[in-house]
This record gives sequence, structure tokens and C-alpha cells, in this order.
Amino acid sequence: MSRTFCILGLCTLLSITAFMVLGARGNWDFILVFRGTKLVALALVATSIAVATVLFQTLTSNRILTPSIMGFDALYILFQTALIFTLGGFGFSTLAPELKFALELCLLSAASLVLFGSLIGQGMHDLFRMLLVGVVFGVLFQSLTVLLQRMIDPNEFSVVQGSLFASFNNVDTTLIALATPLVLACCALAWHKRSVWDVMALGREQAISLGLNYKRELMIGLALVTALIATSTALVGPVAFFGLLVSAISYEITKTYHHGPIFLSSILISVIVLVGGQAIFERVLGLGATLSIVVEFLGGLVFLFLILRRVRV
Amino acid sequence: MRPHLAPLQRTSAFWPIVLAILLVGLVAGSLVTGAANVSALDLFRRGESGDILLVSRLPRTLATILTGASLAVAGVIMQTLVRNRFVEPATTGTGQCAALGLLATLLLVPGAPLLAKMAISSAAAFAGTAIFLALVRRLPPTQPLLVPLTGIVYGGIVGSISIFIAYENDLLQYISVWMNGEFSGVLQGRYELLWASGAAALAAYFYADQFTVAGFGKDTAHGLGLSYRTVMIAGLSIVALITSFTILTVGMLPFVGLVVPNIISRFRGDNTKETLPLVAVLGGVLVLASDLIGRLIRYPYEIPAGTIFGVLGTGVFLWLLFARPTRRV
Repeated sequence: MSRTFCILGLCTLLSITAFMVLGARGNWDFILVFRGTKLVALALVATSIAVATVLFQTLTSNRILTPSIMGFDALYILFQTALIFTLGGFGFSTLAPELKFALELCLLSAASLVLFGSLIGQGMHDLFRMLLVGVVFGVLFQSLTVLLQRMIDPNEFSVVQGSLFASFNNVDTTLIALATPLVLACCALAWHKRSVWDVMALGREQAISLGLNYKRELMIGLALVTALIATSTALVGPVAFFGLLVSAISYEITKTYHHGPIFLSSILISVIVLVGGQAIFERVLGLGATLSIVVEFLGGLVFLFLILRRVRV
Repeated sequence: MRPHLAPLQRTSAFWPIVLAILLVGLVAGSLVTGAANVSALDLFRRGESGDILLVSRLPRTLATILTGASLAVAGVIMQTLVRNRFVEPATTGTGQCAALGLLATLLLVPGAPLLAKMAISSAAAFAGTAIFLALVRRLPPTQPLLVPLTGIVYGGIVGSISIFIAYENDLLQYISVWMNGEFSGVLQGRYELLWASGAAALAAYFYADQFTVAGFGKDTAHGLGLSYRTVMIAGLSIVALITSFTILTVGMLPFVGLVVPNIISRFRGDNTKETLPLVAVLGGVLVLASDLIGRLIRYPYEIPAGTIFGVLGTGVFLWLLFARPTRRV
């Protein structure tokens, strides 16, 4: 186990160094600040997606569902668009970004607690129905977003444009000051409760009979997931399969049911894939912003592999 | 059971009549809706208004009906062949493969004539759907919902290959045009391929019974004296042709082929040969209605019919998912 973490840590350091150093020319004062900000943002995104995915999979007691597959980030973007639609582009852009984010976060938390809280409560017997419903929800939220965007005045439309696709290249850095403490707090709470998640992972009945206040912990977990997903979506946009890719690799190499090591390894893997991948794609291959597409491609393959394997067992 | 069946038979003309009235009303509405003020009677007069009708409004109306009808029929074929209610070109990767084929022609043989483009994209759609079928055959029949789920993700994977290639070659615009069905570009001379799509749907009508038999599986089909392979190839070809014709002319309209046959089968059962005309008409009606809503909701701007249908279609899809609990779908 400790060897795995040594290797992961080393790879993480290597990715970060590569990201900061590769192709750097000129004034280091500028480079450090410019790339450093981006690095922090990417690390935030990587951490939130990793923790949120692992947590969500524990809450739903399976390793295929992820919050993004269930349409969480599509819902976030829908709310953002709906806000612009109701407030108008001008009203929206005069709103302080912190207030905007807080507003969107509240809306998303409420909606996801209602929507997914009830789904998780009753529908878990039929995993594939859940998955399909989630996927279709995602498509529905996306179509509604496009519809609203089309109904917005073309001038105001430019405010939201581009938020429908993930891009690790154009990270929204204005939110870093707000996102950093939020993500850290969420992760700290998730880490603090790691033994609770270990019990939750045993399933609803076992957890209750072991004396856990299941409903309360479920709600706390869902709230954490929502906050983390909202943060990552606000920073880079929706990424459907990235979390699945990360959590699948993490389960595979740690081979444990303890949330401590799983959280740690998934965060490290997530940072390696995002930061290292971005360094390679941007600086070595010169492929611009396509890392998100490749990650989605790989994640999609992992997803198919997982459901096909599950069926055969 | 007899007396119970009687009222059903008496009212069997009900749905066709309702659909016909709806269709006529929507066609009239579609002809008079638009930025220029035209009345339907202008069709028979000479002059500018008549030209608008002949060159723009009428082709657009016909294009929507043809697209809706043929996509709905393609959905029925897929559902019969795969024996799963939740498949259609958009949930089996067919559309994404057709788009990938088109992208390949655009990059490798940029000056290819329309016919060559069509052939390559249909072939890609055919191959992609065949791969999907091979994939699905390994799934257990006890998990019907796994089929559309696999298909949607498979389509997403193929789509991400297209997006990657398109992004690196600055062709992203093309992909989004192909994947978002929209009729505002339809003019006389630019939609006629859709008639071929309609013809393919008509061909499906004559094969309908064979599709049903093939849907029972290879052994049953052979036992009943049917060449399973031939019928499968015929069915897949029709689906591939309809999909690529539609994508090239107006773009993909997801969920038409899924929603329409399901609605019809709820009310009229599963006799494919009998319900296929109804499916085609309802497909035309719903797509025309979506197009009309898209033209009116933010008049005089337009919202693509595909977007409107995306909202309505996914809504109906969710309803179908919840309304049909775990019994066989």
C-alpha cells in the first residue's frame, strides 16, 4: 500500500513539475503566478471530482453511478442559464460572482436533494433503471439549457456561451478565492467522516443495524457531493465520465474498502490525469483544449467495460 | 373477452382521424407562419407570396413531415429487430457513426459528390449499428434497460472521436449542424434527399412482417423459413439510409424514433404492419409541431425543432421509464 502511494505521490509531483516547467520561457515572476493560478484551479477541480465521485458511489452503494452521469452538472448549468434568463444578462453580470455562485449552489443543493434523495431512497433496487433515468435527465437538462439559451436575447447569450462544454484550458479563475476554502472544507468533512462512509458502504440495512443515523449521513453526503460538483462545474464545465475513470483506477490499484486510502489515491490519480494530461496535451502534443474530450472517451470506455463486466458476473 | 374488445374495434378509426386533422391543421399553420405575411391561398396565385410558399414554406413543411415520419419508422425497425422498446438511431450510436462517416469524407475526399458522401456515411452508420448489435447480443435478456444505456454511452464514445477530430481540424461547426436537427435552412432544391428517406421508410412497410419474425431470433426465423441474415441486413440498411439522409439534410433529431412508436404501441398494440402508417403520421405531426413551436415561441427568431423535440422527447422517455415498471419492456 505504502509503495503504491509513493509511486502515486511521485507521479503527482512529476505532473505538477511538468505542468509548471515545460515550455516555460521568460519572466518567472509572471509564469509562476500565471501557471500557478491555473494549477490551483485544476487541482481544485481534480480533488472535487475525485472526492464527489467516490462519495456518491458509496452513498448509492455501487461503483458505476457518478454524480455527473446522473446529470448533476447538467442541472447546474441549467440553473445558471435559468438565472440569466430570469435576471437578464445585465442583471446577471452585475451580480457579484460570489453571490451568483452561492445562489446557484443553493438552488442546486435543493434540487438535487429533492430529485436524487428520493431516487436513491426508493429506486436503488434497479441500478440500470437508475442509470438510464440519470442519463436521460442529463439529456433533458441539456436540451432545456439550449432552449433557454436560444430564448435569451442574442446579446445576453454571449454571457453563457461556451459553458456547455468542458475545457481544462479556460479555467474560470475568478472563483478560485471562493472555491478553495469551500473545497477544502468539504474534503475535510468527508475525510473526518471517512469511517462513517466505510459503514455506509456496507449498504443501507447493515448501516442502520450498526447504529448509524443513515438518513442524516446520506443527506450530509449528498450535500457534500453537490457542493463539490457545483464547484468543479463552475470552474471548468461538465465532465461526464472523468470521475468514473478516476474512481475505477483508484479501486483497482488500492484494492481496499477503506475510504481513507481510496480518497487519497483517487485525488492523486485525478491530479495526475488532469495536470499531467494537460501538460502533455498543451505543451508536448500542442493539442489545445482536447484533453477533456480524450478523458471523456476513455471514461466512456471504462463505463461500458464496467457495465458489461457487471452483467457477466 | 369479446364484449370487451368490441368498443376498441368500433373506435379503431378514431386515431387515424384525429391524426389526419392534426396534420392538416399543422400543415396550414406551417404554411402561414414566418417572417413574411403569406396566406395559404397564395399558393395558387402568381407573385412574390406564391414564390415564398413554393420555395421556402412548402419545402420546409414537407421536410419536417418526411423527417419525422422516416425517423419514427426507423425507430420501429430498430425496436423490432433488437426486440427492445428503448432503441432508436440516437440510442444506438447510429447517428454518431453517420456523422463520423461524413466527417471522414470531408477530411479525406473534400470534393466528393453528394452521392459518395451519402454512401460513405450510410456505410458508417450501418457498420456502427452492426457493432452495437454485436455488443448488445452479449447482454442478458433480463436487463432490457441495459441496451439503451449501452447504446447511449457507445454513441457518446463515437461522438467524442468525431469531436476530437473536428476540434483539431476546426470543423466543430459541422458536427453541431449534423447533430442538431433544424429546418430553417430548408429551401426548394436543398431538401430533396429527404424524399429518398421517405422512400426507404415506405420500403420498410413492405418488409414489416419479416422484421417482426426476425425479431423473434435467429432460430425461430429460420424455423419459419425466413433468411434471418437478409432481413437483418435489409432492416439495418433502411435504418442507416434514413439516418444519414436526415443528418446530411437537416441534422439529427434524437428521440423521435423512440417516443413515437412507444406512444402508438400504448394505444394500438404491436401489429407492426397495421401500426406503421400511424407511426409515420404521428412522427410527421410531432416533428412538424416541434418546428412550429420553435418558430412561434420567440417569433420572429427561431428555435431549432431538434431542441424543442429534445425537451419534449426526453420528457416522454422519462414518463415511459417510470410508467413501465420492471415488467418486460
